[in-house]
Amino acid sequence: MSQAAHAEKPVYQRPDLTGATPVVEVEKLVTHYGEREILHGIDLEVREGEIMVIMGGSGSGKSTLLNTLLGLLHPTSGEVRILGEHLHGISDVERTKLRQKMGVAFQGGALFSSLSVLENIMLPLREHTKLDLNTMRIMARLKMQVVALDGFENLMPAELSGGMIKRAAFARAIVMDPRILFCDEPSAGLDPVVASAIDDLILSLRDAMGMSIVVVTHELESAFRIADRICVLDKGNILLIGTVEEVRASTNERIQNLLNRRTEEKVLDPDEYLRNLTAAND
Amino acid sequence: MAEASERTLPTRIAGRLDKLGRAAVAAVAEVGLGGALFAQSVFWMVLGSRRAQPVRIKATFERAMEVGIQALPIITMMSVTIGMMLAIQGIYTLRVFGAEEQVTIGVGFSVVREFGPLITGILIAGRTGSSLAARIGTMRISQEIDALQVMGINPVRFIVAPALIAMMVMVPLLTFWADLVMLAGAGWYISVSLGMSMAAYTDRIIDIVSVGDVMHGLSKSVLFSILITLVGVINGANVSGGAEGVGKMTTRSVVLAISAIIVTDMVFAFITTR
Repeated sequence: MSQAAHAEKPVYQRPDLTGATPVVEVEKLVTHYGEREILHGIDLEVREGEIMVIMGGSGSGKSTLLNTLLGLLHPTSGEVRILGEHLHGISDVERTKLRQKMGVAFQGGALFSSLSVLENIMLPLREHTKLDLNTMRIMARLKMQVVALDGFENLMPAELSGGMIKRAAFARAIVMDPRILFCDEPSAGLDPVVASAIDDLILSLRDAMGMSIVVVTHELESAFRIADRICVLDKGNILLIGTVEEVRASTNERIQNLLNRRTEEKVLDPDEYLRNLTAAND
Repeated sequence: MAEASERTLPTRIAGRLDKLGRAAVAAVAEVGLGGALFAQSVFWMVLGSRRAQPVRIKATFERAMEVGIQALPIITMMSVTIGMMLAIQGIYTLRVFGAEEQVTIGVGFSVVREFGPLITGILIAGRTGSSLAARIGTMRISQEIDALQVMGINPVRFIVAPALIAMMVMVPLLTFWADLVMLAGAGWYISVSLGMSMAAYTDRIIDIVSVGDVMHGLSKSVLFSILITLVGVINGANVSGGAEGVGKMTTRSVVLAISAIIVTDMVFAFITTR
């Protein structure tokens, strides 16, 4: 039974991305939270049709990087170009237009609790297009079919399971047919079967709709399955950008620690500890 | 030990001054944010359609139902009670001078100029202001506000402007209703207690209370509606730390809104009666 199920799983080919146009370009990006520097000069490029996974442990700066790419955080210095436009250097009107070419699936779904699933998915269409209500409904239902959520349009977000919330969030993120899709921890908090289904969904969205997808995750299995390239972040610096094979083969100690789920071992020098303690008391 | 305490005293004073300074700066920043939010809301109300981002009528209507129609029972009940209470106190006080009949003067002025707008404002601050803060706080925690931003939907236009319009329309209407119900409550007690007919009471109130007095109360209620909305929105937007944070900010929002209403009421009364 399990073998049969395994055999039915779709096989996704990694596309050849040599010469593909960059859709996200990050140069020397520095971002602060208050006085604390979180990102220390990041350089990154995401190509058209690519699934780029940004991976790192807690506190590595991956959420800060995502928020800066989405324009929710303003960088201290450096540049973010989305589809060739400077995200942080354009007017509000231009940024609104640019954002219509970007879709975001948030970690918790971020569905509006006062709207039904269908109304949530239709929201970007209602706000940015002049389509009539029926056309919007048809378009939203089509996206619900894409994410295998058809039949649940009238439910409220509170009535959905964790996996369904993520699917609804994906449907809302792709309803405007964006060129770039950003996903924040898409499989976090889901059981392995549902998490694997979400991975399949991401891969099928890339293949069916030709989207470039940026995924932020700390789930290794998921990252290795979906990524064309992986960007490994650590303490606000990029350790490596490479294919799955390159990341696996890396000899970098921090990357190996992350892959093998090892915490950093810190050898405590008793003399230094006492010196620090005395200095603190002074 | 003594040396240590001598050394730490200036540090402690400096620490307290630092805290006081930070709190003052934060308070000024909140007032500034309130002004900016109000200006942005007016901007979207006026120019939203030109930017293809109009303030949605449906959302405004829903908020108006929530603020106005759903608050009618509590406003009515409280207004009848306060009207009767004013009549009871008025008759008791004027009995000292043997001038119970003059109670209508006190009741008429105090209801339309003070108690109508004040009680409505306080009830709406407790009911709608708190729910606005909780709603926005929850939206912030669940990243709904971030979602709006990345969808290219301005959160002020989508959340604040409909709430502000609904409040600015419904709070004066509720105040007018509260005025009528308070006067009716007071009239019922006066007619029972002093044997004055309801028709005579109504005639006296119409003679005493001018349109200007009613407008005085209603214009205050417009100010209160703006204050309640902005305080609720600012506190909701500043929520951090999960459900506990939402609870804290909701309480803060109610306390601040009621305080702002009372201070504004006093300033308004001072300026308009000179």
